[in-house]
Amino acid sequence: MDRLIEITPLLYRALLETTLMVSISIFFAVLLGLPLGILLYVTANPLLYRIKPLNQFLGALTNVIRSFPFIILIVAIMPIATWLTNSSHGPVFASVALSLAAIPLFARLVETSFNGVDKGVIEASIAGGASLWLIITDVLIPEAKRGITQAITLTIITIVAFSATAGVVGGGGIGDLAIRYGYYRYDTVTMIATVVILIIIVQLIQIIGDYLSQREERN
Amino acid sequence: MAIEITDVSKEYFVKGKRIEALKKTTLSIREGEIFGLIGFSGAGKSTLLRLINLLEQPTTGSINVNGTDLEKLVGRDLRIKRQKIGMIFQQFNLIETKTVYQNIEFVLKASSYDKKKVPSRIEELLALVGLGDKMDNYPKNLSGGQKQRVGIARALANDPEVLLCDEATSALDPDTTKTILKLLKKINKELGITIVLITHEMEVIKEVADRVGVMTAGEIVEMDDVYAIFSHPEHEVTKGFVQDIYDFIIPPHIELNSESEVITIKFLNEHAEANYVNQLYRHFDCDISILNGRIEYIQDMPLGFLMLHIKGRQEEITRLKQFIDDSKGIERAEIYG
Repeated sequence: MDRLIEITPLLYRALLETTLMVSISIFFAVLLGLPLGILLYVTANPLLYRIKPLNQFLGALTNVIRSFPFIILIVAIMPIATWLTNSSHGPVFASVALSLAAIPLFARLVETSFNGVDKGVIEASIAGGASLWLIITDVLIPEAKRGITQAITLTIITIVAFSATAGVVGGGGIGDLAIRYGYYRYDTVTMIATVVILIIIVQLIQIIGDYLSQREERN
Repeated sequence: MAIEITDVSKEYFVKGKRIEALKKTTLSIREGEIFGLIGFSGAGKSTLLRLINLLEQPTTGSINVNGTDLEKLVGRDLRIKRQKIGMIFQQFNLIETKTVYQNIEFVLKASSYDKKKVPSRIEELLALVGLGDKMDNYPKNLSGGQKQRVGIARALANDPEVLLCDEATSALDPDTTKTILKLLKKINKELGITIVLITHEMEVIKEVADRVGVMTAGEIVEMDDVYAIFSHPEHEVTKGFVQDIYDFIIPPHIELNSESEVITIKFLNEHAEANYVNQLYRHFDCDISILNGRIEYIQDMPLGFLMLHIKGRQEEITRLKQFIDDSKGIERAEIYG
């Protein structure tokens, strides 16, 4: 119990770091992953704007980034991250790699939700003379909103998991604490505390995500 | 002519294999008519319909809708032209996350319709299709018939010249089908919109179409006024489609020989209501009993069938057959069943 009180400031700090990393990364994942997902879908769909070479290029790029083991990705993009954040460590620095890993993941999940949109509805929109932009904003995104909500949930949870590795560049966070104290120092109390916190975080994100996506469904 | 389809064909390549969905077809659809295309699935009727708004690109040929060559249009011009070609679908294809109102608003947005006039336009459309009170409902709370009404309102929003119906009633029950067909007829009459519909049900053709093309294996094998198709089907496929009004079966207990014959008589147009049977009784020394009979009304014109069992001397029967063959408006019918 004493040990728990002792590590509370550490846990608190780690929680803030995790929150910071996850917030930055999910922001960029949605900001850049959504357009990428749209592009992946639109360039593959013969009804919309099929450009096979562009689609293959984007698909390959997405797959390449997703193939990297995360720890290698962090190291590989260190120069870019340094240039972008003007630092060489810390949660913001780690967020560059986290965002980079989350963007293609989110893009693929978005593409999958678009694939679930009824082709007939898209066909009807085209027959009605709607522009590509109007179809994206008024048909694709609203019709896939439930899937996109679930994609955001899944991406956040994945970022939380990835962020444990962020320790190698001093990113900190709950997962990092678990590895440094719990794993390397055999500090069982910290280990259990961090794992419990991680479980709670993941559960909360999932519950909120499910609630939001079900609210979409009810409409 | 509202729609001129000239030498149009459509091929697909599936895994390197060439599939001819539509053989070279030339077809004129008149302004203001309801033109039906009937065929089994895979006959190419859906492909032909989708060429009329370029949802499918033709492999060869040209498609002219009210003076515009469609296949020459791209981008914005094509979109504007499509706004003048409404389309409704078997599965309705409404945007599930939008209300009835928003679904119609969507196509008005597509045509940059005057924003101030949008609410009154939507009200007007919903009144036309009889859904004035469902404006704020989501599609999933509507019945199939109501969904199709929304589909129709959406298709009519931008005052189209042509309405394409892709198996529009195939997902509906018979009663709802009738009401939707009535609505289509009303739209055709009141708004003067040319309608092209495809279906696999002859009932639909009988109910609404003025002319019909029968399709099989990627080509139109027979085309005529609906009445003519029903009264004188030529092609085997056509006979198959109209058979349900020719489906008289000779009762098995009746003996057939030279002095006992079964003759089915087909009455055309106004002759269907005349007193031929009376004449047969009066002029021929035969026993005539009625086995079966019906009158169908196609485009409000009667088409009658009467199956008679005739017993008498052979010469008398021959004379009776000759009388039928010589009479205007009645014929001996083949039975296709």
